[in-house]
Amino acid sequence: MTHVEKTVAALRARFPDALEDVIEFRGETTVVIAPPAIVEVCTFLRDDPELGYNYLADLAGVDYLPAEPRFAVSYLPYAMAANARLRLKVYLPGDAPEVASVTGVWVNADWHEREAWDMLGIKFTGHPDLRRLLMPADWEGHPHRKDYPLGYEEVQFSFNWREIDAKKPYAKD
Amino acid sequence: MGIEQKLGNMGVVTLSLEQVVNWSRTNAMWPMLFGLACCAMEMISMQAPAYDVSRFGMELMRASPRQSDLMIVAGRVTRKMAPVLRRLYDQMPDPKWVLAMGDCASCGGIFNNYAIVQGVDEVVPVDVYVAGCPPRPEALIYGVLTLHDKVRKEKITTWK
Amino acid sequence: MPQVREIETTVDELKHLFSDRAATGETMVLNMGPQHPSTHGVLRLVLELDGETVVRCIPDIGYLHTGIEKNMEAKTYLKALVMTDRLDYLNNVGNNLVYCMAIEKLMDVKVPERAQAIRVLMTELQRIASHLVWLGTHAIDMASMSVLLYCFRERERIMDIFEMVSGQRMMTSYIRPGGVWRDLPPGFEAVVADFLDYLPAKLDDYERLLTNNPIFKLRTQGIGYISAEEAVRWGLSGPSLRGSGVNYDVRKAMPYSGYEQYEFDVPLETGGDVYSRYRCRMREFRESIKICRQVLAKLPKGPFITTDRKVTPPPRSELGHSMEAVIHHFKLWTEGFSAPRGEVYVAAESPRGELGVYLVGDGGPKPARVHFRTPSFVNLEALALLGEGYLVADLVAIIGSIDIVLGDVDR
Repeated sequence: MTHVEKTVAALRARFPDALEDVIEFRGETTVVIAPPAIVEVCTFLRDDPELGYNYLADLAGVDYLPAEPRFAVSYLPYAMAANARLRLKVYLPGDAPEVASVTGVWVNADWHEREAWDMLGIKFTGHPDLRRLLMPADWEGHPHRKDYPLGYEEVQFSFNWREIDAKKPYAKD
Repeated sequence: MGIEQKLGNMGVVTLSLEQVVNWSRTNAMWPMLFGLACCAMEMISMQAPAYDVSRFGMELMRASPRQSDLMIVAGRVTRKMAPVLRRLYDQMPDPKWVLAMGDCASCGGIFNNYAIVQGVDEVVPVDVYVAGCPPRPEALIYGVLTLHDKVRKEKITTWK
Repeated sequence: MPQVREIETTVDELKHLFSDRAATGETMVLNMGPQHPSTHGVLRLVLELDGETVVRCIPDIGYLHTGIEKNMEAKTYLKALVMTDRLDYLNNVGNNLVYCMAIEKLMDVKVPERAQAIRVLMTELQRIASHLVWLGTHAIDMASMSVLLYCFRERERIMDIFEMVSGQRMMTSYIRPGGVWRDLPPGFEAVVADFLDYLPAKLDDYERLLTNNPIFKLRTQGIGYISAEEAVRWGLSGPSLRGSGVNYDVRKAMPYSGYEQYEFDVPLETGGDVYSRYRCRMREFRESIKICRQVLAKLPKGPFITTDRKVTPPPRSELGHSMEAVIHHFKLWTEGFSAPRGEVYVAAESPRGELGVYLVGDGGPKPARVHFRTPSFVNLEALALLGEGYLVADLVAIIGSIDIVLGDVDR
């Protein structure tokens, strides 16, 4: 039994209601967890002596517009001693997505969660300092959402160059 | 011919003020250390021994804007960085020139999106644009030499 | 000017992060701004100083945020590859590699052996080039200017190798989904072998200049200490982690692209300070040279890209006489290949640590979500811990030793 299979079995035994789905794809295992239970599950994964997921490799938010539930947060804990990687996913609704913060479990989740808040608008309750990380502090909107425009500037060809040039805000010294 | 030959033998040179001042400005134009992203690597390669830029008197990159003449904007300028760029440009004393290095500084490059200023000429007035992603150090040196040509042609009435 | 705002004082926003002594004025809050010669890019640090000692160190990032992840969602998989070069601009080939590996895992495409060997060779050369920049800039922060000039001289030779293979010195985009763009040119192996023979003597020179230098040792030993447990807790990776004694290297833990065939050690140091991280990276140079030599010795023959025409365009010679080739060519160059629904995470070892790509496909030709787990982003978080209690001048050494690249941090 591989470490990941052992982990999934332990999760099924310990959190039977919180575990919504287990997906195997291209050799990776994704466990879908109900959002209210995420901190308990992560604490269990880290503290259980047999599992030992002491390293958080990645924490990312995904926007699945137009599918519902719209948002998902993907956690990627890594058990260093056993060399095993697992993915945890929580699906969040489209309006006011909120999930508990795991900075108490893995310290480096701090900046990842701030980035998810900045880019996608996912709120992490219990985060010590949830403010914008990459965009300027007074920026409005969450850029990585699918309904946020790319901010594309029209490409200048010879037929439209004059119009674009007239509208472009050049700096006067 | 006569008087110039006699003056030349005495070690006296006659030039217009424009020519002297413009030549001296090009001779040791100190760039400001403003490497933002990938183009900064090619800018440092330009200073490295292989494409030595100190033959033009420019090996000394001053970090302080108060001590530099040329701002080489090397790399992509984000909307968060644009006010900082403008403030640094304002802190440079006259005469000052701006060289937009690379595609991102010239026109936004491949990043046509919400975060990148589409061409640094929206923030500061640019004298020379050097294309490339990133431009080779030789291309950048050609850009610097083009700037030197431009400076040499400046007229006394347009001096700052 | 509509696009440029005045910079607001953001010290007020950060007030809750400072200690109480800042409010009374006992300590000073200083801004080590986005433009600074020693921050290796546009990094802003807000420092709370008690005299010269750093009490709190708060990084403020985002000055190079390019929105690459969102921009890649608007392009097809192959066109988005070009943007990955520009993420961590000292590890261009490594970024291409990890993105292509993610696409290949998602689409279940097999990469031929020759392509895997070429990929390993390019990645290790890129690692040497990146460490040369690290060494040069770290040394110049310690006021050793000659090492900077020497390192960039060596780097020129690697850039010549990249130019020989792909036409571009830095942003090669040489590694494509399914293999590499085109085969190695004739005479390539001789040039690389020549370089690999030339480099070790130069590395000995640099070591002679720095490793036992009393000034260098005074400035780096005991500075920026992090213990192994703290390093794992903060999610560090790469030489920053191995300098504290934790043996985690993605090339050994989860080998990719044929790394398991090559014999190399993972340098470990137990000091946990700046000096140990320096020693670790100097030893990594030698290991990379070892791997490159083995690749050159064992370079297998065969195709350099997968022959699966659903992924790779056919060579132009086929277009003259094969209808399927024309149809594949048309589909690939207009719409691009489509990846199935699903998500994968692939990690590789960049010169800075674990570089990972989390790729979500939705059945279409454009990626639904690409997220890069970049090592500098995670390593920089630990600066708040690493910098406390040291002098401002030591902070410069610490930032150099973590080896951050701002393109990696802000993406």
